[in-house]
Amino acid sequence: MSGAEFVPLSLTPLLIGIFAAIACALPGNFLVLRRQALIGDAISHVVLPGIVVAFLTTGVIATAPMMLGAAGAAVVAVILIEAIRRLGRIEPGAAMGVVFTAMFAAGVLLLEQSDTSGVHLDVEHALFGNLESLIWLDATGWSSLFDPAALAGLPPELPRIALALLGVALFIGFFWRPLKISTFDEGFAATQGIATGALGIALVIVSAVAAVAAFDAVGSIIVIAMFICPPAAARMMTNRLERQIGWSIFFATIAAILGYVLAGYGPLWLGFGNSVSAAGMIATVAGLILAVAAVFGPCRARIGAPQGG
Amino acid sequence: MSPVELVAEDGMIAPGAAPGALDIRGLTVSYGERPAVFSVDASFAEGAMTAIVGPNGAGKSTLLKAVLGIVKPLSGAVSVFGKPFAATRSRVAYVPQRASVDWDFPTRVIDVVLMGLYRELGLLSRLRASDKARAEKCLERVGMSDFAGRQIGQLSGGQQQRVFLARALAQGADLYLLDEPFAGVDAATEKAIIDVLKSLKAQGKTVIAVHHDLSTVAEYFDEIFMINVRKMAHGPVREAFTAESLQNTYGGRLAATQIDQLTLSAG
Repeated sequence: MSGAEFVPLSLTPLLIGIFAAIACALPGNFLVLRRQALIGDAISHVVLPGIVVAFLTTGVIATAPMMLGAAGAAVVAVILIEAIRRLGRIEPGAAMGVVFTAMFAAGVLLLEQSDTSGVHLDVEHALFGNLESLIWLDATGWSSLFDPAALAGLPPELPRIALALLGVALFIGFFWRPLKISTFDEGFAATQGIATGALGIALVIVSAVAAVAAFDAVGSIIVIAMFICPPAAARMMTNRLERQIGWSIFFATIAAILGYVLAGYGPLWLGFGNSVSAAGMIATVAGLILAVAAVFGPCRARIGAPQGG
Repeated sequence: MSPVELVAEDGMIAPGAAPGALDIRGLTVSYGERPAVFSVDASFAEGAMTAIVGPNGAGKSTLLKAVLGIVKPLSGAVSVFGKPFAATRSRVAYVPQRASVDWDFPTRVIDVVLMGLYRELGLLSRLRASDKARAEKCLERVGMSDFAGRQIGQLSGGQQQRVFLARALAQGADLYLLDEPFAGVDAATEKAIIDVLKSLKAQGKTVIAVHHDLSTVAEYFDEIFMINVRKMAHGPVREAFTAESLQNTYGGRLAATQIDQLTLSAG
């Protein structure tokens, strides 16, 4: 494929897919180790009504109101989960499950009831995103990367997800030690003066930022998959957290590239007429990577794990 | 809390009393409606080696956690070396129960020990060779030098316990709070741990350990603190470890013959 064809049509969707996958996989490492993987799932569900409400109030799809709406929805969700857990005396997992599916359903209902025909906001996009349509029409080839006029025409999702990824990476880099210590041993971390509660909330907020930024471009399916699959697969490749992070970035990137290419060309190679959803294929590839790692990963055996205390 | 307010054993104000390594006053902790620890007053002198003893659910771990600010007490005050814990964190090392963490965590033995240096290292400073050397020295003290590069999940329970102790040693603290350090460990580990604790005592450090094995209290510790939600007894093992205090602390859970044997061994 020549640059003249690749850059405008495939470069931006690929980059957005890769950035979204890594932005979700990075905090996903800690969520999975904290047995909070479902929080990533919950976030990607509960933000939908927040985003819809933000759109209905402002009438535009822009980063700031979307983030605010999503944050508001997340706060509502946390309060609801706590309320159900305490008042109903239900285990946290079940309370989360109830809240996030209910809020996602509410978001879908809101979407169907409101007129969003003019923008990329409907049930299908909420699930699958619109990765394939995030093309860069102003580009004419690789040289466009250095052409300010062409760069101005970049799809806004690209800088948005790039910024989110940068924020996630900075957060994890800066708080690496406290994150690692409190994920391993929260009690000890507290005695060392680490604000474990605040750090845990910050991790969820950072995950939510990644989820919202990714959600817009690639939909909620990929968000759920990327929070869990690359980190879980990476855990089976190494016994060191530092390397696990590296593996998760690698797996997220591979899933994004392979998924995008397979979605575009796979069906054609197999003799079918149309390409399939890139987001769906990326999530599928991530799942396959996890399956392969689960069977062949060198560190999948849990030798010496505590046998009930 | 100013030093003048420091409290003696019976909860009365003792003006001018020198602060101990750990002073607890009126500490009450509750997880629900029933208190787990109720109105405990205690002063642990510097250099003492104390066993915290009591039946299951008596509030032993909760007492430690409240002292360390891990659980928030309903009421009461704690001071460490005469100051609030927040101001003396660097002088306190905590060894949690081994079962309280997930040993599947992707990290190596040496990395766990290095966590003990967090307060010195802070967020971003790089690890120096001297930091690593110090962590290795601590592993050596617990007899785990050969395991520095192992993933922690590959260790036996006793080895994991020793890694936790090494992490506490790396902190270079003056007060050591240990939660069931001998629970479910092999004989070699038990000996290694008690040797380290005794060497800490020899250096003038203060050791307070939740202990479940009444038969070794007299051999390992010089002070005993007995708790069953309330403080039941506190003092030198020879004086406080009596049939009466055991009966008070454990109620019907210890048979009279067991109590006889224990107090004989203590006397």
